[in-house]
Amino acid sequence: MSETSVLAAGVGLPLRQRLPRTGAIDQVGVEARAAELAKRSIKRESKLLALELAIRCCDLTTLEGQDTPGKIAALCAKAIRPDASDPSVPSVAAVCVYPNLVAAAVARLAGSGVRVASVATAFPSGQSPLPIKLAEVADAVAMGADEIDMVIDRGAFLAGRYGRVYDEIVAVKEACATAHLKVILEAGELGTYDNLRRASLLAIAAGADFIKTSTGKLPSAATLPVQLVMLEAVRDVYEESGRRVGVKAAGGIRTSKNAIQYLVQVNETLGRDWLTPELYRIGASSLLNDILMQLRRERTGIYQSRDYFSND
Amino acid sequence: MTELSRRGPSPLLPVDWTYAPAPESREIAAIAERYGLFIGGEWVEPQSGAFFTTLSPRDEEPLAEIAQAGPADVCAAVAAARAAFPAWSGLAGSERAKYLFRIARLLQERAREFAVLESLNGGKPIKESRDVDLPLAAAHFFYHAGWADKLEYAFPNRSPRPLGVVGQIIPWNFPLLMAAWKLAPALAAGNTAVLKPAETTPLTALAFCELLAQAELPPGVVNIITGDGSTGAALVEAEVDKVAFTGSTEVGKEIQRRLAGTGKRLTLELGGKAANIVFDDAALDQAVEGIVNGIYFNQGHVCCAGSRLLVQESIADAVVEKLKRRMASLRVGDPLDKNTDVGAINSQAQLTKIEELVAAGSAEGAEIYQPPCRLPEKGYWFAPTVFTDVSQSHRIAQEEIFGPVLAVLTFRTPQEAVEKANNTPYGLSAGVWTEKGSRILWMAERLRAGVVWANTFNRFDPTSPFGGYKESGFGREGGRHGLEPYLSFDSG
Repeated sequence: MSETSVLAAGVGLPLRQRLPRTGAIDQVGVEARAAELAKRSIKRESKLLALELAIRCCDLTTLEGQDTPGKIAALCAKAIRPDASDPSVPSVAAVCVYPNLVAAAVARLAGSGVRVASVATAFPSGQSPLPIKLAEVADAVAMGADEIDMVIDRGAFLAGRYGRVYDEIVAVKEACATAHLKVILEAGELGTYDNLRRASLLAIAAGADFIKTSTGKLPSAATLPVQLVMLEAVRDVYEESGRRVGVKAAGGIRTSKNAIQYLVQVNETLGRDWLTPELYRIGASSLLNDILMQLRRERTGIYQSRDYFSND
Repeated sequence: MTELSRRGPSPLLPVDWTYAPAPESREIAAIAERYGLFIGGEWVEPQSGAFFTTLSPRDEEPLAEIAQAGPADVCAAVAAARAAFPAWSGLAGSERAKYLFRIARLLQERAREFAVLESLNGGKPIKESRDVDLPLAAAHFFYHAGWADKLEYAFPNRSPRPLGVVGQIIPWNFPLLMAAWKLAPALAAGNTAVLKPAETTPLTALAFCELLAQAELPPGVVNIITGDGSTGAALVEAEVDKVAFTGSTEVGKEIQRRLAGTGKRLTLELGGKAANIVFDDAALDQAVEGIVNGIYFNQGHVCCAGSRLLVQESIADAVVEKLKRRMASLRVGDPLDKNTDVGAINSQAQLTKIEELVAAGSAEGAEIYQPPCRLPEKGYWFAPTVFTDVSQSHRIAQEEIFGPVLAVLTFRTPQEAVEKANNTPYGLSAGVWTEKGSRILWMAERLRAGVVWANTFNRFDPTSPFGGYKESGFGREGGRHGLEPYLSFDSG
């Protein structure tokens, strides 16, 4: 879909700004299914596998006004080797920062395999003119960001100006060049699961490599039903076109138990192909230490004090 | 590099994630070696002297010896109930309510134990007995406890009175829940009861006897007798004032024949062949969940199961594709594993019946699909099954299979959907899936079914009356409507 009319002049059918039927979501049904999947009981070796996978899929994040190169250095060290005392614990997938700190992260992560992700496009509100957003994206990429986490223009979306949202994502994708594009839908501001599905399909159609639940800046961030709606949209796209789009759950995931519930949903909705950091991410800041604690508990049979895990 | 190699080939490759077994402990449930009959508040040996073995359908392990009540035992149980009736019916409603509340609370306290017993003896997944059967059974006692002292208000100016002794015969698909559906309204109304659980699933009813003793229910108010169909027949013939039966249409008809002209009251909750109707505007992924829940919940051993899927032709292929993919993620296996979605078939007899009807479906030309799943070698198992290309005249579209077998038919217009849905001797339930509210109401007015679910399926609540049309029976259970069959009223 584009703002440019494909119809000959004089044909006044106002199709332009209407997204075609995208399919409905039943709120009660999707919440019931998410609650049911959350009850899976994951034990022993399957729990170990899940905890390691959660680390490998983690986007270790800091998005604060008070972020400094020193803070980023600490976070990057943690990202590369999450547990100083146990080298078998894998690195996380990426470190996610503001554009101004991309250079600092790139310097620390070079050669480690951990990627640098940068939020951009006037994160978190997205309420800035398009040229500024595009310049921000281009700058972040130029400084070495491997991945861009953009926000959609929720104002335009809620006003029904889907074409504008679409065109903006297309433009950002172009500005990303080879960098991977994650499109943040900010589910908490979209109001309904129907809107969430519509936004998911719109972002995928516009070229998103990943769709992401939230900015993490709102009290209502990722929830299990929100992720389920997005996974089902991704599944429908895959079934129709064979294209594999990634999903990132972000915001509010703080415990291992919760992270495993998100992974179970991916496993049972999209299957094993999505159980890789190439196609699934969890954005979190405080989750990692809880996973490390659980991992050590699974391996040694005892819980260790929080003092044994570094706060970064 | 050494570090990287220790991490395996590539951190980016997907992983196969099979869940480790997560079994609920079966030791939670204590099972006696042998059970007598619970008559007059005591365990008594059957006068028949006969016992039979009850099994676990998951591996055919013998669990206990169960008494086979003969005609003399049935008479003794009815006499005990008769003796207890004056005192029980004479209690103030608020006093009867106390017992019911106590039973409800005890069920909640002992829920885990009963859930394990139910899954072990009946084969249903522990997640269902834990999350559906037990909470609902307790809810039925709580709900009816509330009615016990308000009968005058439920039926104003009609002077409701208890009937006397009621004989209740329940099926094997929801053993404890059906006992609760039967006993709670009967006791709230002031009746005493003789209940016969199904032959294959007596254990939760027998454990429930201990719970009744724990609740200090007066002796004889509830008597529980075990046995096969002949015990049920004897109970129907005995000196009871009312018979309540849940089970097959065939047996229901036989009971009705025997009771004709006796003056005994009767309610029947029988079979079904419910249509789950999906329109093209429905929320498809949730509709697929509803279809799966409708037919694979409790292995399809549900009288109101959505065993016929009527899907609008324009979306039939998409829905069937989604359904097949979803079926592949169903986890079939040990009923006691917390991750099991589909458990064991209840008995060899039921498995044989399912196999026969499925063979008929294939022979009549319908296309069968079963997802790849490894079934345990011992025990009674049947893979989730869907038939496409089904015609209205096929046996699998007409007869109740009572197993995890779905027949898919298509329709073009709402009128055609109603016509096909109603074109069955049964009329217990139906499901309608559409985003259009007016269409839900339009359909509900025309569907000849006791329950019509909209955008959901298999939802139960003690406040909501449940029962059938046509050969699915008569009388309601639950709600104010469910109290009425347990009461007599002043005429005029």
